[in-house]
Amino acid sequence: MREQDLKMQAGQDSLAKLVCETELEIKNADGLHMRPAMQFVDAASQFDCDVTVSNSENSVDGKSVMQMSMLAATCGTKLKIKAEGADAQKAVDALRELVEEKHFDEPTPKV
Amino acid sequence: MKFADFVCFDATIPELKTGDRDGVIAELVASLDKAGRLGKGRCQEIVMVVIKREKEASTGMGKGVAVPHVKHQAVKDVVAAIGQSSAGIDFSALDKQLVYSVILLISPVDNPDKHLQAMENIFKHLQQEKFRRFLRQSQTAEQIESLLREADENPSL
Repeated sequence: MREQDLKMQAGQDSLAKLVCETELEIKNADGLHMRPAMQFVDAASQFDCDVTVSNSENSVDGKSVMQMSMLAATCGTKLKIKAEGADAQKAVDALRELVEEKHFDEPTPKV
Repeated sequence: MKFADFVCFDATIPELKTGDRDGVIAELVASLDKAGRLGKGRCQEIVMVVIKREKEASTGMGKGVAVPHVKHQAVKDVVAAIGQSSAGIDFSALDKQLVYSVILLISPVDNPDKHLQAMENIFKHLQQEKFRRFLRQSQTAEQIESLLREADENPSL
């Protein structure tokens, strides 16, 4: 959290775009299939900021279902989220809630 | 994962007969059934669940393509059938445009990761304008097969 705050501060000082980055882990058993990908895109699209999502290989537009489906993010995958724009912090908070707290309203793996 | 790993080339329909979403789904499921890729007597049941899934949210992702899909115990492994329509089908797509290429995907219930890998492969190529154009221009099952095999060798297609 502290690291995020610092980056935000730096963004504001230079009057550059506000940048907010975090890492989110996919927790639902079925991973980021189309329905969760749509929920993610819907959530990201509520905000004006650009949202970029990356796995170890690719960076994609967090507001495109097709591109999000290209991440093939299985349960346990950690995705980097980068939001750029005035409401970047709000977007990152909303996406964290959706992915890690609500896990897309889907079951987590049975252990 | 590559197209050749999960696309049933014998089930390809180069020109779909029906022009509506539910009819197209039924045609593609029947084609997979005929190719022997579905459990016996599961055809009707699968058609119904794919349509039900489609009604929850359209898999018409825009740019003239749709990827109706469902997880079902009738398959042990991910399997897909491809159908083309030159007239276009109303799939209630996100961009409200007609759909010309349909990829029906049936995944096993107990292997979510494999489903994601098949989807990743499908969208990686469907993202490419050139791939979508070549797919739409394909007129025979053989042309579609060779396009997909070429795409397997060339990640930028």
